[in-house]
Amino acid sequence: MRWLKSLNTGEQVAFLFVVLFGALLLVSIGSVLWSLRERPEQEQEAWQARWARFRHELNMVWVGACLFWAAWVSGPVGATLLFGVFSFLAFREFITLLHTRRADHRGLIMAFFVILPLQYVLVGTRHFDLFSVLIPVYGFLAIPVASALADDPGRFLERNAKIQWGIMVCVYGLSHAPALLLLDIPKYQGRGAFLLFFLVAVVACGQIAQAVATSRFRARPVARRISRSFTMKAWWIGAFAAAVAGALLYWITPFKAGQAAIAAFIAAGCGSFGVFVMQALKRDAGIHAWGNRSAITGAVGLLDRIAVMCFAAPVFFHSVRWYFRAAT
Amino acid sequence: MVLAEITGLFLSWLARLITGAQGHWKGCPPTSEQRIYFANHQSHFDWVLIWASLPSELRARTRPIAARDYWTSSALKTWLTTAVFNAVYVSRTRATPDEDPLEPLVDALQGGDSLVIFPEGTRSNKGAPQAFKAGLYHLSEQFPEVQLIPTWIDNVQRVMPKGEVVPVPILCTVTFGAPIRIEPGEDKRAFLERARAAVMALRPGGWKE
Repeated sequence: MRWLKSLNTGEQVAFLFVVLFGALLLVSIGSVLWSLRERPEQEQEAWQARWARFRHELNMVWVGACLFWAAWVSGPVGATLLFGVFSFLAFREFITLLHTRRADHRGLIMAFFVILPLQYVLVGTRHFDLFSVLIPVYGFLAIPVASALADDPGRFLERNAKIQWGIMVCVYGLSHAPALLLLDIPKYQGRGAFLLFFLVAVVACGQIAQAVATSRFRARPVARRISRSFTMKAWWIGAFAAAVAGALLYWITPFKAGQAAIAAFIAAGCGSFGVFVMQALKRDAGIHAWGNRSAITGAVGLLDRIAVMCFAAPVFFHSVRWYFRAAT
Repeated sequence: MVLAEITGLFLSWLARLITGAQGHWKGCPPTSEQRIYFANHQSHFDWVLIWASLPSELRARTRPIAARDYWTSSALKTWLTTAVFNAVYVSRTRATPDEDPLEPLVDALQGGDSLVIFPEGTRSNKGAPQAFKAGLYHLSEQFPEVQLIPTWIDNVQRVMPKGEVVPVPILCTVTFGAPIRIEPGEDKRAFLERARAAVMALRPGGWKE
């Protein structure tokens, strides 16, 4: 601990990445060695399927870790660009699932090519005040105006509500992740990477704990027609697991242990509800398979993966910012 | 030549960025056999989308059809269709009454190239494709060994509606089905109807409106 504190900020961040990639490497090597173990014939097939799924998930974690590193190394510009591209891809997927009409064209162009880049420019330049209101206030007016000018009253409210909702989730929500990297908290300068890492780590812990709880304990799904697997019991277990992980990681954050646990609980809980809401949306769009196995154009699976961040990041960001009054 | 290749790569990158241009090979693998891909036609973007969803090895030998009067009317259009896409030009009007409008296509197929054709002849944006023109039947009759691949392009009409210039990013898929051929004794109308049904059957999510 004392040794860690003696390092300067840059060295601490470097240490974080060494630990992260080291742990991933160990898991990868361990899983390959474990896969070489002999197994009885009859279990072979089920095991193969499980192994393929695990490999896929592990690869995704690797990709995520590399992106996180790239975002940090490239500084504000790189991080903003990277998350901007993710926002673009997610919003593209979201819009594909809606039934847009011809009259939405101008509004969508504005959302994609004006509001989205502007939001990320505001993040990159740390204009956090305007950044928090651009989409809920200015975008909220601009898109329906562009749409109304197209002179098509059919389902007007529905169409605009859907576009506004999509841009809130995919652009506004996700843009809070790079904002965490760039947020200046008193006595915590230059350690935004820790904050983002903390958020991702506790949310991931919560998701994993929730998935394990779902498969272990039988409980009544709260909304069977939306998700057969979402139960409040698993939600509580996931959120509490995240709180424990948060308390254990408190030393990388500007929080005290108790605060870290509460922040982690809130972030993981919100993220988990976010995934649930996204599931409802996909059901509405007629997609039943989760991930990239559906026959409907547009179900690529990126939204599934980042939905948890889209909902957790803004809540976490604003809680932290409000708590520390870190206005910049 | 290098500039044409770069332009081609740029256009396919752009198509992927905006539409994803995912190729789903449901009924046949993407191999270099000689083929005629026939697809529904909803937008000017269709050809670029099919082209971008093909693996790069197949792009050089897969050619679109372009109307000569429109696509040779300016230097840029000529360059785009000749150098970048290597299009087969057809005339929409016959110079002499016994000129065969399919002749350039026949030449291209004899040269061993694959073709992409839109047998509706014109763009339709009313959901189901219109009735197919007879060209597909005549080509298949002359080249029975060339595979006929039904192809469905999904969603592209939402990317760029008629009269708009800037495309909206929306995911599109190109689904390639199993090859069909003229059955012994099958007449022209039955074959064209079957070909149209084969294209429509590929639509993701089926036909429940």
